[in-house]
Amino acid sequence: MIMAVLEILVYPDQRLKQKSQPVEVFDESLLHFIADLEETMRAGPGGVGIAAPQVGRFERIIIVDVSCKPKIKNHGRLVMVNPEIADKEGNVVGREGCLSVPDYTGKVARWDRIVVNAVDEFGKPQAYNMEGYEARAVQHEMDHLDGLLFLDRLVSRRGSLFPRTPLRGVEKKADAC
Amino acid sequence: MKNWFMLTLVGKDRPAIVAKISSVLFQENCNLGEASMTRLGGNFTIMLMIQFDGPADILDHVLQPVCDSLKLRYHVDQIDGELHHHLEPNVQISVHGADKAGIVAEVTRVLAAAGLDILNLESDVAGTSENPLYIMNIEGVAEKGVEALNQALKSVDCGEDVEVHLSEIDILRG
Repeated sequence: MIMAVLEILVYPDQRLKQKSQPVEVFDESLLHFIADLEETMRAGPGGVGIAAPQVGRFERIIIVDVSCKPKIKNHGRLVMVNPEIADKEGNVVGREGCLSVPDYTGKVARWDRIVVNAVDEFGKPQAYNMEGYEARAVQHEMDHLDGLLFLDRLVSRRGSLFPRTPLRGVEKKADAC
Repeated sequence: MKNWFMLTLVGKDRPAIVAKISSVLFQENCNLGEASMTRLGGNFTIMLMIQFDGPADILDHVLQPVCDSLKLRYHVDQIDGELHHHLEPNVQISVHGADKAGIVAEVTRVLAAAGLDILNLESDVAGTSENPLYIMNIEGVAEKGVEALNQALKSVDCGEDVEVHLSEIDILRG
């Protein structure tokens, strides 16, 4: 398969603010697109995740791979199609940047531990328990599917003495993020 | 080459300082760049990059009436303005404890010697006047590595009632 690095949409491109649709057809063309999307993620400097709408395809597909980071729990390369957060708890502040927002990083609060249900690129159901940096990456990418950027979730530059301390305690109630 | 100036401004805090200053500048076709504006001890302070195609004395003249009316002191300097080249911090140092003179000098002396380039520092005095708390948050780049800073911080001597924590900042880019 010949793979291509796709052009990344850069904010304030308003297409990044639109909601993406679920994937319904799992075929060769989807696999080809996912290969290109992964190639694009790996071409970016330090990119650990990417979402389909970042390259102008408004379908609910994300790729995350934080295995390049030392000492971080991870599931390796993850292709998540139609992902849903089924459970979540804890809340931590961390610093994020985005391939679609050059030259800016900011502090964002995310769920510390999540359970994600998704299907893989072949349509096979998967469930993942994840935490910390990997969970943050998945939430960042899933936001793109709903037209949200980390800029929509910035918290104050002041404060946050302890980045890993839960802010809101345990919350088990599942709802749409 | 764009013509950048830095406005530094301070005065007793009151509503609408930012609105009035920025309106005057907009009317003079100024474009604003990066800024830090915050209330410090009841004073409102501004550090503001201004792009203006004219000399500093014109900018000064433009600002004087509004600053006089709001009882604000200000200063304008021409600067080399550089946008779109943010440095990213890789460490954060949190300091908090009983307020006393010398905390900033001691902590930053040790950190500087161990290679910390400070990008951002914010501090507050909280608590009560009888028991003041000092809280400082520093973000920077560990030029000689994070371990050098961790080792160096062991020698910080601010007393047992002041805690210093270093944590690495691992920026997620997605």
